[in-house]
Amino acid sequence: MTHLRLLFIVCLVLLPVSGLAADDGYGYPITGSYEASIIGTPANLIPEFPAKMNVRQLVLDVFPDRKKPPIFFYDKGLRCIFAYQKQKAPLIFLIGGAGANEQTPRLLTMAKAFYQAGFHVITLPSPTLANFIISASQNSVPGDLTEDAVDLYRVMETAWKRVKGDVEVTSFNLCGYSLGASESAFVAKLDEERLVFNFRKVLMINPPVSLYNSVTRIEDMLKQIPGGPKKQGYFFNRMLTKSSQFYRYGNFIAINEDFLYSIYAEKLFSTSETAGLIGLSYRIGMAGMIFSSDVMTNSGYVVPKNRVLTPTDSIFDYFLVSTHLSFFDYFNEYFFPHFQKQRPGLTKQALIDSLSLKSIEGYLTSSAKFGVMTNENDFILTKAELGYLRQLFGERAKIYPRGGHLGNLEYKDNLAYMTAFFK
Amino acid sequence: MTVIRYQICRAITSLVLALSLAGCAATGANTRAEVPPMHSIDAVKDQRFAEVGDPWEGFNRSMYRFNFYFDKYLFLPVVTGYEFITPTFLQKRISSFYNNIGEVKSLTNSLFQLKGVESATTLGRFVTNSTLGLGGLFDPATSFGLERHDEDFGKTLGYWGVDSGPYLVLPIFGPSSVRDAGGLAVDTGITYGIYTAIDPFGNVNDGFIYDYGIVALDEIDARHQQSFRYYESGYPFEYYMVRFFYHEKREIEAGKPLATE
Repeated sequence: MTHLRLLFIVCLVLLPVSGLAADDGYGYPITGSYEASIIGTPANLIPEFPAKMNVRQLVLDVFPDRKKPPIFFYDKGLRCIFAYQKQKAPLIFLIGGAGANEQTPRLLTMAKAFYQAGFHVITLPSPTLANFIISASQNSVPGDLTEDAVDLYRVMETAWKRVKGDVEVTSFNLCGYSLGASESAFVAKLDEERLVFNFRKVLMINPPVSLYNSVTRIEDMLKQIPGGPKKQGYFFNRMLTKSSQFYRYGNFIAINEDFLYSIYAEKLFSTSETAGLIGLSYRIGMAGMIFSSDVMTNSGYVVPKNRVLTPTDSIFDYFLVSTHLSFFDYFNEYFFPHFQKQRPGLTKQALIDSLSLKSIEGYLTSSAKFGVMTNENDFILTKAELGYLRQLFGERAKIYPRGGHLGNLEYKDNLAYMTAFFK
Repeated sequence: MTVIRYQICRAITSLVLALSLAGCAATGANTRAEVPPMHSIDAVKDQRFAEVGDPWEGFNRSMYRFNFYFDKYLFLPVVTGYEFITPTFLQKRISSFYNNIGEVKSLTNSLFQLKGVESATTLGRFVTNSTLGLGGLFDPATSFGLERHDEDFGKTLGYWGVDSGPYLVLPIFGPSSVRDAGGLAVDTGITYGIYTAIDPFGNVNDGFIYDYGIVALDEIDARHQQSFRYYESGYPFEYYMVRFFYHEKREIEAGKPLATE
């Protein structure tokens, strides 16, 4: 009976790609860009890793004198995961994408793959995560790649100071995905001046070329919601009812991976609904960033200025207000004014340009340490931007035929490529 | 056993109260005048979403925080100690053993819901694992295609149309609702009744120590199997996400009547 079920699942996995997968010799099965990004890699295509890893959680007190607001009472410092080898080995710093914490499943899978290949690994949360904004960001306004790189560099130094007595390291390396990939490039550039780590190799996975353009493309996906992003609540509730009904009439035993996979396999959501759901989950993540940044800076953006929130206060309305703000609202009303105050004469266009790999392309082409890995159908890139990456990195660009944005990150071929890159 | 439970409950209640009051006392006077924010909820013209009826949110958030501290200073250190001294193989056997005992709860509740096939499956699992699985230490039933169906009295009530009632965060047990908390009490009562009827250590001197050990190990194993950690996501709205997913999962799995029907 199990075999029958397995066979059934295998058929479902292969059905949408029959004919295609065989052509290019790349076995990642999900063809749609949006679908791949949501489903990720089916469990049977993720390699197995050893159960035992030497792991320690690091809680870094980056700013010992910082007084944290009472609502963030639980935040005792920046959390990182440190996986260490007993013998001498190279170390890789791993940076997650927007909103990722130090143990986001994708990041952990990568850490395990690197660990198995013999590396020490330190995973870092994204500078857009509340934990980072509260505990490790100098100004608590995330999104500026140059300043975020300075914050990340400080965190890496703090982490390294903490562990350097316990391990032997032969070289330092850097790897990041999505927003973390752009940050890696800027951190590597900073390292050329500071030379604390002298990174040997840097791998950028699914990077945006221009942060502003990529976020614009995600914001555009929200326009596919009937009535637009301002009506996300109606949309969310309708999609929820749809899933409940699907569960009810299907013969499911629990809300688990099988259930989620069937949602995809039976095409419960249309392409535009899928786009809307990706856009909405991005907004939900960004809401956490906006809210915590606002509390930390006391700017009066979504929380009344000077209000001291206690651990038991309801903050649900702030959640709803923040998810209804677009990236452009954040950029124009909060982010840009903040940096304009610091850098008189700064124009919006100059700020937008500084958030692009193009602003450091001279450095990127001149240094042999960089590699890039992305997908033909990554929806955060235009055709032109993909071409730009090809032209900029030449043979050092590995571009897979599908996988959407980060969907194939845990696929065995991709993990094998990543570990080989750092060997 | 009852006395011990009573004492534990009393200790927990006073701890909870002390912590909640400490929270109130810590709120210092705010002297600076508040200024309305640039964006407020009045400007949002949309349906509210991911919301769950939570009239006792202040209490619940205190309890959420209490569980965080309880985990941090007592529960998780004990669980970590257990994981450290117990070989992985033995940990798995212990989990299987308690999961097998849990089948009794699932069975009674799928019977309460008049689910024939599911009851037969669960009974089949219990019999298979208790015999071939050496008293529940192994789980051969799953490889025979008998899948686990978790049921409890909260789900039974939901199945028969009882509304979940307000959201409730229980001390130690965590996210729940008024209905599910009642269900938990009934399930505990049934398990306790069966256990007392069998009374495995009734003829042993100081048998209650064994009883107590079995309950304690059950709780430790349950926490060991549960990977959730309070405030671990680093997301400031975690409380609402947990509340939403708990509520929806329970509603959907209990098979509540749908709005459109």
